[in-house]
Amino acid sequence: MVDISKDKFEIIGANASESQSIVRPSISYWQDAWRRLKMNKVAMASLVFLIFLVLMAIFGPYMRPFDYAHQDLFNTNKPFSKVHWFGTDYLGRDLFVRVWMGARVSLFIGVTIAFLDAVIGVTYGGIAGYFGGQVDNIMMRIVDILYGIPYLILVILLMVVMGQGLWTIITAMVMTGWVGMARIVRGQVLQLKEQEFVLAAKTLGASPGRIILRHLIPNALGPIIVSMTFDVPNAIFSEAFLSYIGLGIRAPLASWGTLANDATQVLLMYPMQLFIPGFFISVTMLAFNMLGDGLRDALDPRLRR
Amino acid sequence: MLNYSLKRFVYMLITIWVIVTLTFFLMHMIPGDPFTSEKKVPEQIRQNMLAKYHLDKPLIVQYGYYLNNLIHGDLGISLKYLNRTVDDIIKQSAPASFQLGIQSIILGVIFGLLFGIIAALKRGGGWDYFSMFLAIIGISVPNFIIATLLQLLLASKLRWLPVSGWGSFKYTILPSIALSFSTLSIISRMMRTSMLDVIGQDYIKTAKAKGLSQLQIIWKHMVRNAIMPVVTVLGPLIAGIVTGTFVIEQIFSIPGLGKFFVQSIYDEDYSMILGTTIFYSVILVVMMFLVDIAYGLIDPRVRLAKGGK
Repeated sequence: MVDISKDKFEIIGANASESQSIVRPSISYWQDAWRRLKMNKVAMASLVFLIFLVLMAIFGPYMRPFDYAHQDLFNTNKPFSKVHWFGTDYLGRDLFVRVWMGARVSLFIGVTIAFLDAVIGVTYGGIAGYFGGQVDNIMMRIVDILYGIPYLILVILLMVVMGQGLWTIITAMVMTGWVGMARIVRGQVLQLKEQEFVLAAKTLGASPGRIILRHLIPNALGPIIVSMTFDVPNAIFSEAFLSYIGLGIRAPLASWGTLANDATQVLLMYPMQLFIPGFFISVTMLAFNMLGDGLRDALDPRLRR
Repeated sequence: MLNYSLKRFVYMLITIWVIVTLTFFLMHMIPGDPFTSEKKVPEQIRQNMLAKYHLDKPLIVQYGYYLNNLIHGDLGISLKYLNRTVDDIIKQSAPASFQLGIQSIILGVIFGLLFGIIAALKRGGGWDYFSMFLAIIGISVPNFIIATLLQLLLASKLRWLPVSGWGSFKYTILPSIALSFSTLSIISRMMRTSMLDVIGQDYIKTAKAKGLSQLQIIWKHMVRNAIMPVVTVLGPLIAGIVTGTFVIEQIFSIPGLGKFFVQSIYDEDYSMILGTTIFYSVILVVMMFLVDIAYGLIDPRVRLAKGGK
């Protein structure tokens, strides 16, 4: 055994507060989710693409000196060129401008519907879940029945009755679309309302409205956001579908669906006119779906495999 | 199980009733009556015509007549095709749609399962990437784009198959592929995930240890367990295929019900829209019901959880 002389040791003392102090900065739920999302390359690429899309939807139509509704019958069905970057359609309208106007409409429809679905679904699901019992029973039976009604068929019927137009699409799709969100929120609220912080809030005399809005919904925000991200591409797809069968928004306003529909008239000669809106619909659907997957992994770590 | 089925059945009836009522009152919210656009007729004749179709009665009485007719399977008379009942048109055009739908479902389910199983067994291999590629296309590209691309490439350019129309089997190939695409991709993706879950389970090791052949393990232990989650999505997927026929029939000019439905929207043929909407809804709701029951039959856990209490 080697003798180690005592003077080689130094008493530094025990500092309780120092050993207990947190070295790394504490991370909130949202920071943590963002950190996880940043590691997901596919989701980040999707996010970047979507931001690009939004910027182009805002500024794209002003990048070329053409109006989206301006017809030029001497220059119909032109291929890609320096003047018309994406060519022109069968009425000589500049497709570059129309594609980005279409992006505006398609994105507006998608985001608005997702937002309205969320507002209605969260309110309805929150109330049903919080009050439980007979209230929940009746409210959820109504949802079950609405859920059984074929979505697209009801939307088509509503479009026939209310007439075509941007807001009719939105109304029709929100009337049928909020049900899924209501189910998700109810499930979340049912789990959350048994927890202690709700009991504490109740004891302090918080009203049911306050508990739902301030305590339950913020804790269920993860699944709500994920569900909204998946609602957007669904809405864009449904709008494209409706436009394709001629029930979409009215000309000269364009959405990607109406652009695809316009292109079918000249499909055999100029397939490019279909490929462009088709490409944007597809990539946008893909980006939203991938971002949704990424957000689900980031916001709900329990779901990760 | 009987209890559960009965409950689902009652729900199905209520759903159908809600749809019928909703469509009826929605259609009657449209201003005017079917004879407003006709050429000027004397007021007396107009009144007689309204009386013949009970349109002079209060709405609730009309609703009663309508329900009564529906129960007897009478959907009314088309406003566009004179002297043809909606029943007639449906009877004539539904078989084509039906064949298309069935073929697509079979195609989508069988190949979806097959791709999913192979992708899971050969994880990381070429098949896996191929099925992932298919899934990405299936999720993101709308079926009308896929249909037009197939038509353009295989029929119009390569001339392997007829461009459009309806007749022998070869006319059905392209539309069926286009229609089944999203079903195929979603099922293959779900089956892959679900198979990977099962492959890691202990009972697979047990099966291997007791010397079962590879094929027996795959069929009896993996596939049978992995298929459960896939059955649950079948309902929405069938709904997708049925609504998909609206555009696919349009693109391939197939004289099916979907084409008539879309045409009736252009024609503003309200009784036709009303009739076909109800017909489609009933078919879909019944399909959903059958899928639910099938799920209960396959998976005993569902019966115990939902019906047994």
